[in-house]
Amino acid sequence: MVNFIIPVVVMIIIIYGLIKKVDLFDTFLAGVKEGLETSINLFPTIFAMLLAITMLTSSNIISNFSSLLSPLLSHLGFPSDLLPLALLRPISGTSSLVILSDILKIHGPDSYIGHIASVMQGSTDTTIYIVSMYFASIGIKKTKYSLAVGLLADFFSVIFSVIMVRLFF
Amino acid sequence: MISYLFALFIILGVVVGIIKGDSSLTNNLLSSGTKAIEMIFDLVPLLCLWLGTMKIAESSGLLKIVSQKLSKYIKVIFPEIPDGHTAIGYISSNIVMNMLGLGNAATPFGLKAMRELKTLNNDRDEASRSMITFLAINTSSVTLIPTTVISLRLASGSASPTDIVGVTIITTICSTLMAIIIDRIFYFFWRRRHG
Repeated sequence: MVNFIIPVVVMIIIIYGLIKKVDLFDTFLAGVKEGLETSINLFPTIFAMLLAITMLTSSNIISNFSSLLSPLLSHLGFPSDLLPLALLRPISGTSSLVILSDILKIHGPDSYIGHIASVMQGSTDTTIYIVSMYFASIGIKKTKYSLAVGLLADFFSVIFSVIMVRLFF
Repeated sequence: MISYLFALFIILGVVVGIIKGDSSLTNNLLSSGTKAIEMIFDLVPLLCLWLGTMKIAESSGLLKIVSQKLSKYIKVIFPEIPDGHTAIGYISSNIVMNMLGLGNAATPFGLKAMRELKTLNNDRDEASRSMITFLAINTSSVTLIPTTVISLRLASGSASPTDIVGVTIITTICSTLMAIIIDRIFYFFWRRRHG
């Protein structure tokens, strides 16, 4: 059923437009044009963000940094193998998936760490990327406290993942 | 803030790459543009499809009807959006698409919602309260079924790949609520400092 939601929504919108006698084709084309303009506005941001993210992730610095911090984290009861995932998740969706896949391979998907890693990946999103892309698309210069809110929420989401897995598994 | 992150990522990448003697450093720098092209090529058809379709929903008044129906729920989280404004329709479409795990289809609605919120903010170039709340919800992820994670778990030989779904839903709800609370706190202090 879920597979058909999108086509059905498109069909309903078009049938309703037909009933209300909207000039369907021209209206659709106006929207497509707007879509192209939005894409062009977005491209510089996507380009710049991917450049910076590629440089950071290809250097593996996050993993090195994590192994440096691991003794401290084990004291706090946070499995240090999860730190690279927690640090990369807000920055890059693809590289955090690679790390998740490594964790699942090394520790096993049904292990304690495997469970936390899976929940962590599923309950947060690529904050830095989304914030910069959404603001750039409409030309916002002063982003105020938005990134701080997003990153702080990510931090809590990492803590929640550990707590919830401890409670429920 | 984005400027500093941009600079930090590149400087760290180059310095660490040189220290480690990474031979692929130059290649990574030069080829990152190709990824950006691929990404925008994935996004263009989706943006065109949804902005085209939603233009019809807007002209026919369908979006207005949906927005009015959802107003009272959305207003709890976004008190600054006027009743029945089309931004409500776009915001809810974005959230519903994200819940269903259709992140790619959600993006066009999200971008359109931001545009509507900018008009509400008199086209100023600074972020409005509603925009920041919207981004807080978006970045904390509201996905109910994490399909990518499930398929990765399946691929790595899990006995029950879906057993994390329930816990993920609980964690997602908690973290989204937390994001909304943090957003409120920051807004409160920001207003006190800046009037």
